Amino acid sequence: MREVAIIGVGMTKFGELWDTPLRDLFATAAAECLEDAGVEREKVQSAYIGCMSGGLFVGQEHLASMLTDYAGLKGISATRVESACASGGAAFRAAWMEVASGMSDFVLAGGVEKMNDGADATYCLATAADQEYEVYNGVTFPGLYAMIANAHMEKYGTTPQMLAQVAVKNHANGALNPKAQFQMKITQDTVLGAVRVAEPLGLFDCSPVTDGAACVLLAPVEVAKKLGKPIVKVIGAGHATDTIALHDREDLAAIPAVGEAARRAYEMAGVGPDDIDVAEVHDCFTIAEIVCSEELGFFERGKAGQAALDGVTALDGAKPINTSGGLKSKGHPVGASGIAQICELTLQLTGRAGERQLKKKPRIALAQNMGGSGGSCTVHILEVEQ
Amino acid sequence: MITPRYHREIPQRYRLEGGKCTQCGEVHFPPRAVCRKCGGREMETVDLPRRGKVLTHTTIWIPPAQFESQKPYVVAVVELENGVRLTCMVADAPPDEVKIGTEVEIIFRKLQSDPRWEVLQYGYKAKVVG
Repeated sequence: MREVAIIGVGMTKFGELWDTPLRDLFATAAAECLEDAGVEREKVQSAYIGCMSGGLFVGQEHLASMLTDYAGLKGISATRVESACASGGAAFRAAWMEVASGMSDFVLAGGVEKMNDGADATYCLATAADQEYEVYNGVTFPGLYAMIANAHMEKYGTTPQMLAQVAVKNHANGALNPKAQFQMKITQDTVLGAVRVAEPLGLFDCSPVTDGAACVLLAPVEVAKKLGKPIVKVIGAGHATDTIALHDREDLAAIPAVGEAARRAYEMAGVGPDDIDVAEVHDCFTIAEIVCSEELGFFERGKAGQAALDGVTALDGAKPINTSGGLKSKGHPVGASGIAQICELTLQLTGRAGERQLKKKPRIALAQNMGGSGGSCTVHILEVEQ
Repeated sequence: MITPRYHREIPQRYRLEGGKCTQCGEVHFPPRAVCRKCGGREMETVDLPRRGKVLTHTTIWIPPAQFESQKPYVVAVVELENGVRLTCMVADAPPDEVKIGTEVEIIFRKLQSDPRWEVLQYGYKAKVVG
């Protein structure tokens, strides 16, 4: 396998982008990415694009053709990738494999979702759960994570204040990200006093409904070196799946696919959780960041909530998580989120993250992107050559 | 829900029928074509026990449109006496009555009456015992 580098990143502003259609979201992110890479679009040989549900959100499938056409890439090999909210991470993995295998030199990994176009977002998102044996019986997507939260609280004594601190911290980071959907700080009181969605989760425990797109361009390390780019290498890639239904998993206070994907990625990279300087963790709900941080090995089981309260995961903490604002504050256009995580980490690793740039420039970063209630997960580990 | 699918799923929804692998004895709910444990492909129909306990739960305040009239309602993961698990609503229960470990029995109820599909939809719910 060849070593693969990320040589360009691009993303749209995330938010309620009523005036921008799905196709132009993607085209904009792709154009920004190619400009950042300094690579002409004629060089791009292939694209993998994560999108959870163009069919339900905007009534459009067959997206790979349309999106690459509108991005000025008509004719290339293009594939749409779906793994619910992990679609972006899965697209990145496919693009990485195509470059690593030696098949192509310039491959675009993208993600896009247009969630604000009149569709019932709660209904669309619930299709990431088991339609016949979860959703039919009245459970919603926040409801599944609420059940994980209650199990975690019962088993480890995790509190609503710990959950709330995840949202407070991610909003503080998002306030420094000009592309974030919600660039505002919030307090514990805002989170704890918010309208209830599914107990114990309120509105501010949930990531928002977002339009947006993100793209990264991959190339072999030796090609990236010739271009004179800073070398951000993909050193580890892990992917795991699990049962789609939460109730079929033994421990309801855990998300085993995350731990398994992480184990595979760490093994490939030859690093462990203590080596990670910065991480983007899939905080679709506040409880998700807590459980996933434990699965990734950043904290012992049951300790991630206290770590959030203690500021360990804050921008100036020992283990900064979601410097972008995370899905909570930056926004969660589901198919794009996994790619947007890679964009953020690439910016942090190359010292280009603006006001939210970590004071001590990180060397190794981890992106964790998850589908459904944990039915799928990708973990990617990146390292910048100093 | 579309009618062919609804019709197909009546045995498990109305009668809580599972599938038991004739090779290794693993019980599946819903029934599966291929045994998750041994790969066996012959299943016999078994009735699942009606009693179980709550493993985790939530109260849904913001439901999808078809459940709007029932909000707020409690949903739980229930483990039946033989270890089989399912997700269902807990009927007629105020939220603070349902806790982890609460004993329940599975009952037959109307779940949805979504006018889009012109078919009443039935299935199982849990009910707190005692």
